[in-house]
Amino acid sequence: MSDNLMIFRGATLSNGDVIDIAVEGNSIIQVGTNLILEGTDIDCSGLIALQGFVDLHTHLREPGFEQSETILTGSRAAAMGGFTAVHAMANTSPVADNAAVVEQVHALGESAGYVYVQPIGAVTKNLEGSALADLLKMNQSRAQVTVFSDDGKCVSDSLIMRRALEYVKAFGGVIAQHAQDPHLTIDAQMNESPVAFELGLAGWPSVAEEAIIARDVLLTEHVGSRLHICHVSTAGSVEIIRWAKARGINVTAEVTPHHLLLTEELVRDYNPVFKVNPPLRSDSDVLALRAAVADGTIDIIATDHAPHTADSKDCEWGQAAFGMIGLETAFSVAQTTLIETGMIDWVRLEQLLSTNPANISGLERHGKAIQAGHAANITFINSKRQAVVTGTTQSKSTNNPYIGMELFGEIVHTLYEGVLTVKHGQIQELKNA
Amino acid sequence: MKHLLSINDLGKEDALELLNLAIEMQNVNSRDVKKLPALNGRTVANLFFEDSTRTRISFELAAKRLSADVINFTAKGSSVSKGESLKDTVQTLEAMGVEALIVRHNHSGAVNTIANADWSKASVINAGDGTHEHPTQALLDALTIRQRLLGKDHLGDLTGLAVLIVGDILHSRVARSNMLLLRKLGARVAICGPATLIPEGIEGLSDQVFYNLDEALQHGFDAVMMLRIQAERMNSAFMPNGAEYASGWGLGDSRFSKLGTKTLILHPGPMNRGLEISSSAADSEQSAILDQVTNGVAVRMAVLYKLLAQEQSNVR
Repeated sequence: MSDNLMIFRGATLSNGDVIDIAVEGNSIIQVGTNLILEGTDIDCSGLIALQGFVDLHTHLREPGFEQSETILTGSRAAAMGGFTAVHAMANTSPVADNAAVVEQVHALGESAGYVYVQPIGAVTKNLEGSALADLLKMNQSRAQVTVFSDDGKCVSDSLIMRRALEYVKAFGGVIAQHAQDPHLTIDAQMNESPVAFELGLAGWPSVAEEAIIARDVLLTEHVGSRLHICHVSTAGSVEIIRWAKARGINVTAEVTPHHLLLTEELVRDYNPVFKVNPPLRSDSDVLALRAAVADGTIDIIATDHAPHTADSKDCEWGQAAFGMIGLETAFSVAQTTLIETGMIDWVRLEQLLSTNPANISGLERHGKAIQAGHAANITFINSKRQAVVTGTTQSKSTNNPYIGMELFGEIVHTLYEGVLTVKHGQIQELKNA
Repeated sequence: MKHLLSINDLGKEDALELLNLAIEMQNVNSRDVKKLPALNGRTVANLFFEDSTRTRISFELAAKRLSADVINFTAKGSSVSKGESLKDTVQTLEAMGVEALIVRHNHSGAVNTIANADWSKASVINAGDGTHEHPTQALLDALTIRQRLLGKDHLGDLTGLAVLIVGDILHSRVARSNMLLLRKLGARVAICGPATLIPEGIEGLSDQVFYNLDEALQHGFDAVMMLRIQAERMNSAFMPNGAEYASGWGLGDSRFSKLGTKTLILHPGPMNRGLEISSSAADSEQSAILDQVTNGVAVRMAVLYKLLAQEQSNVR
C-alpha cells in the first residue's frame, strides 16, 4: 500500500460500466469492480469518469498579453473545465514562431502544473503570412510542436499554404487553418445576414470561410498532407469537409462550444461579449454543426478560449476585441447541446473532447482509455446538475458569454497526471507549484 | 420611452404622436418669438464623434427653442482625438450633469452601448450611428411626405402612399430608418440601387427591390428619395465611377423630365449635385428638400420634448 494510492470508487465510464479506478503516482494501476486495495477512497458513485479533456485551441496570452491571461491562470481555468491538456495558440508577443518561444511556453506550463501545455507553432514568421516560421526547429525543440497555426489570421496566400502543407510532411505535422478570406471580411463585424443589415454592421459572409476550406482541402489532397480546420462555423463548411472526407482527404475539423449554442440574434444589443471570430452564425448553421458533430464530419470540440481585458469589451461594438473565454464552460455547453438533445452519447463526447484532439496532436499521455497502465488523466463529471452560469472564473478575464444561461453538467474532479487539480469543484493549490 | 435609438423603439402610435407633436412645434417655429420654456434649466449635450453640421445645428436649434442649455462636444479638437474611450467621454459629461446625450458616432450601435451601459443616466438620442439608423431623419421625412402629399391637416398614417428610396442602401442609416418607419406608418417602400449596394436580407425590410431605376420609376411612386453617394464607395469596387453611377441611378435631367410633376423629391442632404441628383430636380417645385430641413427642427423639438419634458417628469 502506498500513501499516494487513490481509489475512485463507483464511477461510470462512457460505455456505462461502473468501476473502481486505482491511481498511483501518475498512472492508473488497476481498474475493476470492488477493488480490494487500501488507499484513499474517493466516492464517485453517480459520477461519470471520462478521459481527461484535451483542448486543441486555447489562447493563454503569455508571453505578451499577461493583462488578459497567463499560462498559470489559463491552466487553472482549464483544470476547472476538466482539461488535462491544452494547446497554446501562437499569437503571443513575441509570436511563437521559433523554438525559444515554444520552449518557454512549454516550460511555464510545466511549472504551473495544472495541465499539460502543448505549444502550437506559427505557420508563418510573425503571423505575417509571407514566409514560413521555423517549423522543423519547433518540432525538434523540447516542446515537440506538431500542430502549426496562424490562428487569428488566415494563411491566405495559396502558395504559402501549399508550401506549409508540404513542409510539415517531413515530421508528421499538421496545419491548423483559420479559414477566413481577408479581402471578403474587410472591417467585418458579424455574420452577413439580414440581422447584420438591420444592425448596420459590416457582414462576414459564410463564403469567406468556405472558399478557404475548399481551397485548402484540395491543396491537402494535391500534396498529400494533413490539414485541420479551426472553428468551423457554417453549414456550407460542413458540406465541404464532408465531401473532402468522403474523397479520402486527410482533414480534421473542430467546432467551438459557442458555435454549437449561440446565434447571431444575440448581437442585437451590441453587447461586445458576443463579438467573436468567426462570428456567431444563424440557427440553421448551429443545427448543421451539431449534426456534423454527431455524424463524424466534425472531429473535435475545441474552446478557442480567448481572454480579453474588461476595457477591451467595455466599449462600442466596433472598437471591441474579438473573442470569448470558454475553458470552464466547454463541457457543459457540449452536454447541453449534444447529450441532452440526444444527438450523441458519452462515448462520442469522450472522443470529441479527448481521444480525437489528442490523436490530431499526437499526445502520448492523453486521450487514452481509462485502463491500467495508462496515464492518470481523468475528468469526473456530475451530469445531473443543472445550473445558471455565473461570472466566477479562474481565468484572468471575464468575457464569458454564457453568464445567466442555464446549462447541464459540472466538473467535480479533475485528475492530471495523478494529481487532483480540481476536487469537489474547487481548484486545488498545488504544493509543488 | 427614455431613449430614441432606433425606429424599432417606437410603436406606430408613438410615431404618430411624435409627428403630431412636431406640428405643434412647427406652429411655435412660425411665431415671431420662437421659444417654449419646456426645458428651461435642463442641459442637453450634442456629442458628435463624426462630422455633421446640419444635424448638429438642427438639434442645437431645437433644444434652444425649448429653452434648454446646449453644449457641443465634437471629437475633433477634443480629448477623443487623443484616444479617450467612449466610456470616459460619456462619464465626463455625466459628471457635469447632462440630461440628454444627442449622439452621432461612426460605429453602428455606439448609441445602444451608451444607453445600455451604466455610464450615464441621461436619455440618449441617436443622431446617426455608423451604418445603422438615423431615426429623427426618418421622422422628419415622414412628416414632410405626409404634409406635402396628404395635407397639413392629415394627422393619420401614410397608408396608400408608395415611396422609392434610391442609392447606397447598404451603407445608409437614413434608408434603414426610413424603411422601418414608413412601412410602420402603412406606406409601401421600394428600394433601388446597384446590386453591390443592396444588402443580403433586404427582402424583410422593403416591399420591392429594383436594380434598374428607369424600370422602377415606371411604377409611379408618390415620393422618390435620393440618397447621398459617398466618394469612398468608388474606391472599394462598389461602382466604377461617379459618371457611371449618375447615368444608371442618378435623378438627372432626362429622368426628372419624365417623372411627372406630382412625384415628391426628397434628399437627406448634403447633396452631390450632378451625381445622384441634378439641380433642375433639386430646385424644382416638387422638391421637398428645404421642407425636410425646416421640419427637422420641429421633429427634433418634438423628440426632446417627449423624452425630457414628458417622460422624465413622469419619473420624477
